[in-house]
Amino acid sequence: MPKRVGIEVSLAASEAACAVDSDVIAAYPITPQTHIVEHLSELVADGKLDAEFIPVESEHSAMSVCIGSSAVGARTFTASSAQGLALMHEILFIAPALRTPIVMAVVNRAMSGPISIWNDHSDIMAERDVGWIQTFAENGQEVFDLIIHAFRVAEDPKVLLPVMVNLDGFTLSHVIEPIEMLNAREVRRYIKPYKPQMVLDPKHPVTMGAVGVPEVYTEAKQQIESVLRASKKVVVSAWKEFARLYGRTYRPIETYRTKGAEVVLMTMGSVSETAMTAVDKMRDKEIAVGLMRFRLWRPFPLEEFRRAVKGVKVLAVLDRAISYGAQGGPVFMEVRSALYGQAGQPNISGFVAGLGGRDITTDMFEEMVKKAIRYAKKGKGPTYELIGVREK
Amino acid sequence: MMKAASGGFKKFTPKTLPKFEPLAQGHRACQGCGEVLALRMALKAMGKNMIIASATGCMEIITSAYPQTAWDVPWIHVAFENAAAVASGIEAGRKVLMRKGRLPKGRTTIVAMAGDGGTADIGLQALSGALERGHDFVYICLDNEAYMNTGVQRSSATPYGAMTTTSPPGKLSIGQYTWKKNVPAIVEAHAIPYVATAAPAYYVDLMNKAKKAAMIRGPAYLHIYSPCPTGWRLAPERAVAISRLAVQTNIFPLYEVIDGRYILTKKIKKPKPVEEYLGLQGRFRHLDKKTIQEIQERVDREYEALLQKATLAEVQEEST
Repeated sequence: MPKRVGIEVSLAASEAACAVDSDVIAAYPITPQTHIVEHLSELVADGKLDAEFIPVESEHSAMSVCIGSSAVGARTFTASSAQGLALMHEILFIAPALRTPIVMAVVNRAMSGPISIWNDHSDIMAERDVGWIQTFAENGQEVFDLIIHAFRVAEDPKVLLPVMVNLDGFTLSHVIEPIEMLNAREVRRYIKPYKPQMVLDPKHPVTMGAVGVPEVYTEAKQQIESVLRASKKVVVSAWKEFARLYGRTYRPIETYRTKGAEVVLMTMGSVSETAMTAVDKMRDKEIAVGLMRFRLWRPFPLEEFRRAVKGVKVLAVLDRAISYGAQGGPVFMEVRSALYGQAGQPNISGFVAGLGGRDITTDMFEEMVKKAIRYAKKGKGPTYELIGVREK
Repeated sequence: MMKAASGGFKKFTPKTLPKFEPLAQGHRACQGCGEVLALRMALKAMGKNMIIASATGCMEIITSAYPQTAWDVPWIHVAFENAAAVASGIEAGRKVLMRKGRLPKGRTTIVAMAGDGGTADIGLQALSGALERGHDFVYICLDNEAYMNTGVQRSSATPYGAMTTTSPPGKLSIGQYTWKKNVPAIVEAHAIPYVATAAPAYYVDLMNKAKKAAMIRGPAYLHIYSPCPTGWRLAPERAVAISRLAVQTNIFPLYEVIDGRYILTKKIKKPKPVEEYLGLQGRFRHLDKKTIQEIQERVDREYEALLQKATLAEVQEEST
């Protein structure tokens, strides 16, 4: 096995895109900037990665270039964040429809306004419905592994969908972590050369991106939906194969000390590590609490989630994005809907915290758990609330 | 750099036009559409070995309503404002795949096509980016001077005084109150090897320019005048005639810019008055004498400026 090296997580993400021998990278750096793109351009400049690096003039063009290169059969990677991701929004819908297996690292950051460069999930939660497979990393190792995994899943002939790998801005993207980085030779055991099913080729002309009249639009949407749903099998089996080859096991939902837990905290991303510490602390105080986190967000792992939550009496769901005027944060709403009408469904409370780079501490997690227990006991409470709002 | 434009370029003549048809008949263009005519001729000239990235617009919807397609060449449509970016990706993707031995080596003409809205307005940034990066592709702007596909809304390429559904003439308005944006000049400022204007009435000239654009390495830009009888309130059988008049009145002069040098490809000795051109189109029906005179003066001035640039190029050529 390769030895661990201390490396900035953004650079590790670039190294993953390099290890799979990406053909085209199109990216725009400024919205806001991460080191992923910088390092990829270095790898290309130094001849370590034989790829076309296209320094586009906007994120909108970044995704457009990616679709063009993927449509001729090139393995394509890009990275984005916050405002840039939102600028891509229009084109994000089109990549799955054209079945272009692009892989994108999304460094999760807050949406303006007010303008912010810091971490939360408001960028990605606005992109839930674009038809991409979406995974969330907890630490640097996972970022590297999930990017490798993303190429394997995206290019599977049964899938052919684009994949977003989410990593938290700053708390992951800008920290140095010890990471076992697989090299190109090791990755080749897992990632086979990309064999596109249909490409733009003058010898075999095809029309891509045709007009969807009302008679065919619904069916076209249904195909994306069913393929995205069915991709879960490939996502899971690709993780199993990853574990077999490299020894690290990944699942759609990860649990921590949920055995015998009456209360379970639900999180996503890097804050889960703080949440684990909080769980340990509370367990020491004899609060029967556990932790659950989504690694796979799209397709939503419904069966796995329902299984994992069985027997839990109280759920405290953390959202790192506000859904203005809604019943709660996006994760909360989906979780509650997933359990609606289920026998013995837990009492669910939603909490929004950690917006725009505000730290979430173990105390805050304890507060969420205690409140969730109290609301459950009383049989009523606010549907959701913001945690850690300064009074003055 | 411009071998294709000077030596070694075999011009088409009316007798040697290619038989190849990239665009099948039976598409859904309006009667008398000058845009699809211009497109067909430009693509015929470029040959079968091409890949097209199309913007949203008239030419996209009339050719690709699933499950039918009018395209006999590989063609992709992604969105409105990004044809140049998609073409960039196609070009870069093929380049690296050839380098890595996963695609047989050889040159394919990569074409990006868009209307005037997709070029002068919403697609200008993507176009500028692709030109600046120097991709080997041909960008075709099919300029019918408004957003025709969506019901004749004004664009920045709509001519002064024209009536559109968003530049209606009224008590306080003459119609379009801005002058047509000069996109070829903006493109030329990117110092790309080839820029040309063309009109379907001069179809051999149009096809030769298209062929040249395809042969040139690096970005090439064709700005093609594309009459729209529907949007211009013009009799459908006058599409070709109006495009001839646009050239003969100097409203749409034909020229090339080769490595920065302006060359007039159709010199008009005795220009016809603009009134003759404007009078055939319902979109200009409301214009009074004073406005027509204003348009005449500006057309004369702009043509003079173009002539100066072109003359300058000729003088420089003689002295070197």
